[in-house]
Amino acid sequence: MALRRKRRKFGSTMGWTLGWIATALVLFSLADMVGTIILKGVASFRWNMLWTVTSGEAGGLENAILGTFELIIISIILAGPLGVLGGIFTSEFASKPVAKTIRFLTEVLSGVPSIVIGYFGYLLMVLQWGWGFSPIAGGIALTIIMLPYILRNTEASLQQVPLSLREAAWGLGMTRFQAVYKVIWRPAAGGMATGILMAIAIGMGETAPLLYTAGWSSLNPTWQLTHHQLGYLTYIVWTYIDMPYTASHQLAYSAAFVLLVIVLVINIAVRALVTRPSLRR
Amino acid sequence: MRKVSSASKNADRVFRVATGVAASSPVVFLVVIALIVLVQAIPSMKFNGWHFIYGIQWNMGNLYGALEHKNGVTAAAGASYAALPFIVGTLASSIIAILIAIPISMFTALILAYRVRGVLQWILSILVELLAGIPSVVIGLWGIITLAPWVRDNLAVWLSHLGPVVPYLRGPVGTGLGLLSSGLVLAIMIVPIITATTRDLLMQVPILYREGGIGLGMTTWEVVRYICMPFIRDGFVGALALGWGRAMGETMAVLMVSGSAMNLLPHNLYSPISTMAAVIADQLDSALTDASQMAVHALAELALILMVLTLLTNFLARWLVTRTGRRRSTKAGVAA
Repeated sequence: MALRRKRRKFGSTMGWTLGWIATALVLFSLADMVGTIILKGVASFRWNMLWTVTSGEAGGLENAILGTFELIIISIILAGPLGVLGGIFTSEFASKPVAKTIRFLTEVLSGVPSIVIGYFGYLLMVLQWGWGFSPIAGGIALTIIMLPYILRNTEASLQQVPLSLREAAWGLGMTRFQAVYKVIWRPAAGGMATGILMAIAIGMGETAPLLYTAGWSSLNPTWQLTHHQLGYLTYIVWTYIDMPYTASHQLAYSAAFVLLVIVLVINIAVRALVTRPSLRR
Repeated sequence: MRKVSSASKNADRVFRVATGVAASSPVVFLVVIALIVLVQAIPSMKFNGWHFIYGIQWNMGNLYGALEHKNGVTAAAGASYAALPFIVGTLASSIIAILIAIPISMFTALILAYRVRGVLQWILSILVELLAGIPSVVIGLWGIITLAPWVRDNLAVWLSHLGPVVPYLRGPVGTGLGLLSSGLVLAIMIVPIITATTRDLLMQVPILYREGGIGLGMTTWEVVRYICMPFIRDGFVGALALGWGRAMGETMAVLMVSGSAMNLLPHNLYSPISTMAAVIADQLDSALTDASQMAVHALAELALILMVLTLLTNFLARWLVTRTGRRRSTKAGVAA
């Protein structure tokens, strides 16, 4: 008996030890990744990169940063309303089976590989519609990436609003629309904002959907929407690390650094504000 | 009682239609993507036939020579497209990633769900989720400057000692850019997804079941092993399928560390490979330069295969994950 008890205890300790080792491994890869990029980034980042454009083998990041912002603005203008309104419909108006179908298909859309979305954009918008590599094609490709996140977050945060609040609003004689825009959206606003911010972070980090839609340009973007290639940060990381020059590598590190800092700040801020333990459940 | 004015009734109707249109947009996008990719793939299907799936050579032909006509479609002379190396590369790298990710994410999820609580649980969960938020090019960059050299100098050298036992582990270990590195990078990208899903599933296990196990004198680990894991089994498999779909569709990180092999099947764990997603991204120039447009169609067929594969795994995953959730909700009624 004593031997058996010892064996079981040993098994338990072993199991949990493996658990802690796995957790440590995950945290270590995160730390190593963030640490490496930040160290390399700080060592190679120059402030004047922010106001010079990319040229040949090095230069700055101005065009890429502005281009990334332009793409994000276009895609959020499209994906924001679509996602929020879609989420409202799924949560407030749709019958149960319809809501379930929308939810399912939204999940499926978010599972489509981003390169397929990019290539689709190339086939339809760049070639068929003849827009050429352009901000609007890239923006629409990003829209498709972002839409599921915004829609799902909006819907989930609306579902958290208690039914009694709706009943009170309807009891006052409000139509469903009035109930949504005067009452129900208020407690859910934080969740919706979270969805949009997370979608921005995801969109900033995407490369694959843009390769075939936005093209690349070392000039600063203008607001011309079609037939005008534009640069973006992730492209610099991808191409300049492959060049044989130190200056190009430094530019790639700096671009990755800028990108990582923005994305991490958004991520940490959102999660820290929204999922604080005291506010959970 | 005052009647609802017709203006607000109209506003209600307009709003309902507008939200309905917005809610149908994911469906529209999905259908349009599938249709466009399918239609554009048809010339390539006609030109290459089934050879596309089992052939090895991806050859654009002579781009400056005459055009060739075959099966009613036009392509550059000598062109022949076949995707087997990319299909193999996609499957091999994603399976390696899943094999690595299964134990790591399962154990991490157990720790997150049962061993830490309060602020620590919150912080650890955020950190794991942060890993999912890191852009894939940044992970690829890290793969090039840190992971690949480490694989080349340490991991691969060590694994190749096992070569006499397992033929696929035999050297040469190459440059570090290849199948093994791709698998590792993919594992890092899918671990947070699988972990977060599994953690949520584990938290759904009714506390009474676990307490019952403890009451029977089980150790905490035995409770996990014999009560919690069987309870979430379907959901866990679903989470794995979710991660697998993600791994097959991942582009940039793999493209940066895969070694971009063309026309070459991997012969050991360290061979350079290319995945379907990576090759689509990599062949941008060829799509631009082929006057007959056959390269564009061939890439579309590749995208179609990739999309079908990932959609299938996604369907499977969603079905399995929601099934566990439903079982919980019926049983929770007993607990409450």
